Amino acid sequence: MIPVEFEYAAPDSLEEAIDALVQGGEDAKLLAGGHSLLPLMKLRLAAPTMLVDLRRVPGLRGVERADGTLRIGAMTRHADLEDEPELGLISHAAGLIADRQVRHRGTIGGSLAHGDPASDLPAVLLACEGSVGVEGSDGTREIPAAELFQDYLTTAVGEGEVMTEVRLPALTDYGFGYRKFTRRAEDWAMVGVCALVKADNGTCEDARVGLTHMSSVPLRATAVEEALRGSALDADSIARAAEAAAEGTGPPGDLNATPEYKRHLARVLTRRALEEAAGLTAA
Amino acid sequence: MSSAEESRTPGTGWVGQAIRRKEDPPLITGQGNYVDDITLPGMLHTAIVRSPEAHATIASIDVTAARDHPSVVEVFTGDDLAREFEQGLAMVWSPPGVEIKTPLNLPLARGEVKHVGQAVAVVVGTDRYATVDAAEDVIVEYDPKPAVVDPEKALEDGSPLVWEDFGTNRTHQWGVAGGDAEAALREAEVTVERRIVNHRTAGAPIEPRSSIADPHGDGLTLYSSTQIPHIARFVLAGMLGMAEDRIRVVAPDVGGGFGSKLQVYGEEALMLALARRLGRPVKWTETRSEHMTTTHHGRDQINYVTLGADREGKVTALKARHVCDLGAYQLLLTPFIPELGFPVMGGCYEIPNIQLEFEGVFTNKFATDAVRGAGRPEATHWIEVMIDQLAAELDLDPAEIRRRNFIPKESFPYETPLGIVYDSGDYHGSLEKLLENFDMDGFRREQAEGRERGVYRGVGLSTYVEVCGLAPSRAVGPQGVGLQSAFWESAVVRVHPRGSATVYTGASPHGQGHDTGFAQIAADRLGIDPANIEVLHGDTDQGPMGWGTYGSRSLAVGGEAVGRAAVKVQEKAKRICAALLEAAPEDIELSDGKFQVRGSPDKAMTMAEIAGAAHIPPQELPTDIEPGLEETDFYDPENFVFPFGAHACVVEVDVETGKVEIVRWVAVDDCGPAINPMLIDGQIHGGVTHGIGQALYEQIVYDDEGQLVTGSFVDYALPTAAEVPMFETDRTETPSPVNRLGVKGVGEAGTIAASPAVVNAVTDALKPLGVTYMNMPLTPMRVWQAIEEARGRDGGGPARTEQGRSLDEHGRGAAGSGPTSPGEGGAA
Ligand SMILES: Cc1cc2nc3c(=O)[nH]c(=O)nc-3n(C[C@H](O)[C@H](O)[C@H](O)COP(=O)(O)OP(=O)(O)OC[C@H]3O[C@@H](n4cnc5c(N)ncnc54)[C@H](O)[C@@H]3O)c2cc1C
Repeated sequence: MIPVEFEYAAPDSLEEAIDALVQGGEDAKLLAGGHSLLPLMKLRLAAPTMLVDLRRVPGLRGVERADGTLRIGAMTRHADLEDEPELGLISHAAGLIADRQVRHRGTIGGSLAHGDPASDLPAVLLACEGSVGVEGSDGTREIPAAELFQDYLTTAVGEGEVMTEVRLPALTDYGFGYRKFTRRAEDWAMVGVCALVKADNGTCEDARVGLTHMSSVPLRATAVEEALRGSALDADSIARAAEAAAEGTGPPGDLNATPEYKRHLARVLTRRALEEAAGLTAA
Repeated sequence: MSSAEESRTPGTGWVGQAIRRKEDPPLITGQGNYVDDITLPGMLHTAIVRSPEAHATIASIDVTAARDHPSVVEVFTGDDLAREFEQGLAMVWSPPGVEIKTPLNLPLARGEVKHVGQAVAVVVGTDRYATVDAAEDVIVEYDPKPAVVDPEKALEDGSPLVWEDFGTNRTHQWGVAGGDAEAALREAEVTVERRIVNHRTAGAPIEPRSSIADPHGDGLTLYSSTQIPHIARFVLAGMLGMAEDRIRVVAPDVGGGFGSKLQVYGEEALMLALARRLGRPVKWTETRSEHMTTTHHGRDQINYVTLGADREGKVTALKARHVCDLGAYQLLLTPFIPELGFPVMGGCYEIPNIQLEFEGVFTNKFATDAVRGAGRPEATHWIEVMIDQLAAELDLDPAEIRRRNFIPKESFPYETPLGIVYDSGDYHGSLEKLLENFDMDGFRREQAEGRERGVYRGVGLSTYVEVCGLAPSRAVGPQGVGLQSAFWESAVVRVHPRGSATVYTGASPHGQGHDTGFAQIAADRLGIDPANIEVLHGDTDQGPMGWGTYGSRSLAVGGEAVGRAAVKVQEKAKRICAALLEAAPEDIELSDGKFQVRGSPDKAMTMAEIAGAAHIPPQELPTDIEPGLEETDFYDPENFVFPFGAHACVVEVDVETGKVEIVRWVAVDDCGPAINPMLIDGQIHGGVTHGIGQALYEQIVYDDEGQLVTGSFVDYALPTAAEVPMFETDRTETPSPVNRLGVKGVGEAGTIAASPAVVNAVTDALKPLGVTYMNMPLTPMRVWQAIEEARGRDGGGPARTEQGRSLDEHGRGAAGSGPTSPGEGGAA
């Protein structure tokens, strides 16, 4: 439970943070809430030689709304999002992360940059078709959700880059649901499913389904979405569409679940999340 | 004086009150003093290099790089320290006529490693962080050997051997019988047979282990997070070849043990040896990963149980064979723990024919030993599950089958066919009270309505009797089942000249509340407010030898000793009082906190006045009264005590996902007259939570190669507040005739009661789906698989609903997400 020795810096500006990161090279890491990185370091599964703490960098925390887009600072804590239920799905999902203590430390930027397939927010970003803004010594760029998650603990955020904000379309005309399956309340998702549906007179105009922990990266359940678009938004068609939830997934087996059980859970949870999103059941 | 009477009459009525725990204010304001809080001048730190292999020969150990670290003082291997130890770690069971294979167990491995995490070398340095870094630079080359993990495979011919010299993985066989179970089974109208797996768990206290050895002159002080300071001194003195008076063991505040600190560990011996060798204080504090790997585990038995009965459900025979996975080494009580359950293996039931067999098995895993309940949760689990299985077979109500088999109240003291005498009990009484509090009829209606809506709820009963109050030495010691130990307890009660008191107990609490409960017992006998009574424990230099805290023994043995010592003080106080008030000692009574002359309440003295006179006599006292006011008591009871009770658990199962939620818990427990009902509730809450943990969440899993998969709290799932319901507790009070207080014990009762209630409830909930039996832990996947199978579909896993081996009972597969644990090697 003792990490390898490392240097620590807490710069006051984004430029300095990027400088420190670039100077530190491949062994430098950003530190946000520390709730994914520090446990890995204490178990000596990660051994960065330099930590660049973002806590003093101004302007990275908080939510702005502009032109139907939510712009969420990368250092915004899960608890901040949880406390603004009007943000919809992201707030709801953030409120289901671990426990309140963890939510007070963990950040949306850390969660998305870390690329843990069991994390809750990546699938939300994917289903919302959001993006993240990153800044490095070569300037800024935007990474769409579909390109961000590359593999287990691997994202498209470059070594010398800082994620500064998360952009989410507000999707205020969508109903949403998030179903997270855990053994204990505070656990990581064995499987999680977020659903967004837009209805027009009882017909499904659009459906988005994001899957957590069904692969080494978050996935969209495209077969479900396609089955549902244009059909009636009722229990039957939802149930039928949800049967396709595990198509194209490759969930890793683990201590608590075989791949087969996870696929089964994905189908059940997809149905439930869609029912919730369609207003057929309560959360 | 008869038992219960005495506890209710004298003094000021502190006994029975739910006063708040005296120990809490310092603990919850950060004023506690745990071993890791202690820093001694010149103290060195250690990091232990541990084996990443489950079974291997050590080809070489290169410590040169580690030794070169600037703050490293020395690095030792097993060979370097071999001469420090005259003996290996102790295993204290030698049952008459049975040989138990017991390999030499040294603090650091020599030549071979037999389980993941086995200590191979120790780095000693001036800085904790640096020792951990240096430990990574100790280069150990291993030649791996095949490991054996499954205890039943370990018994098969051709299995790899954990210990080649023994020629077998079977450690021992032991058995006990009464009546003729075989014959009774042949004649039985119905028989039910199950294979019940009671999987491996961890103690998992909040405070991990920690030890500091401090040399001074030719002696050593060991500060250690232990439940048994006196036993530790006794054992360690033998290992180190020192006289006991040269070793002092101190257990300061101990943050929980749950049996896992009822042990003398290699690290304790190692710290002493290092301190003696280096002449400086040396400290080691366990990491959580080390705790999961190398602090003893519990349970891990496979129980083959057969019940025979007539068609009315009256049980006529019980036969059980237990395959007990002991791990690679024998620790203090390792082979004895399964057998410790034998006195209650017939449960609360009148079963005339009982036959029990035990087989211990070596595997390449860490040792099992006592974890809360130690043998009795396993025993209770299978008998309570089997009674329900029998009820299902006969289509009988689970409450009714229990009523038909309970030992009737009039039969106590009741001698079982195994020769055990249950002291007192009223099993019908606690069950009926439970059913009333619970409202079984109401529940059954609700259950039927729910099922129509697709809501699957079930209720599970558990009516337990446990054997506790370890003692009596006669039964458990060398002349009895053969533990090379005794189990009496000591107490000293000292009243100071100004009237406050100090109580010393040989028991060694680590969260139970002795400071409060024992003060209440003394208060009533001394006429002193418990706030003015300090309870001391956990220091071998403070008072006489004692035997520590485990086996729900503290109150029934240690508390009784305190009561007896306090009564001796009270008698002396009465004589002093009588002399000063010119009355006869028989006429002095303790009432309203005063010693007064019967019939003339104005002639009275407080204990403070009497204590003053005892130390500084204002006038000449009779010559047969010695000065001072202090008495000692050594108490060894005549029998065990047998707490009992009835619990009901309601679960709701999400039959689509298999997830089980506990929605209600109702308990009626009987541990004799309550000393402090709040302490009892606390023990029941924690105990039940522990049992729920085993039933639904917790499991130590090794993979087929002997790697520990559940090396952290991410994978080893302890229940949290969110997983447990509000507990509805109630009590009956059936005094024990064994001790004057009439008390039994309650530290393990909840755990012993809980797991079968959960399993029975889940089985009840799933009855309409055709699920009849499942092994713990009832994880969502296992429940889902059972449902799928009952529906005739393949749940994909080898989980079987009947007597089946299940997928993860001995563990397969890798850990889930989040920071996964290394679970092996290193000193992380
Ligand atoms: C007990 C526990 C339970 C948890 N349960 C859940 C759960 O159920 N669901 C869930 O989703 N999460 C869970 N988490 C994780 C938690 O949400 C983490 O906080 C989160 O995943 C990482 O955020 P962080 O701010 O702590 O990041 P850190 O741990 O500080 O960083 C994580 C990684 O991201 C990088 N990073 C951080 N910020 C940036 C940035 N702005 N730009 C680029 N790279 C960056 C870091 O360098 C590091 O590699 C749990 C954590 C704990 C300790």
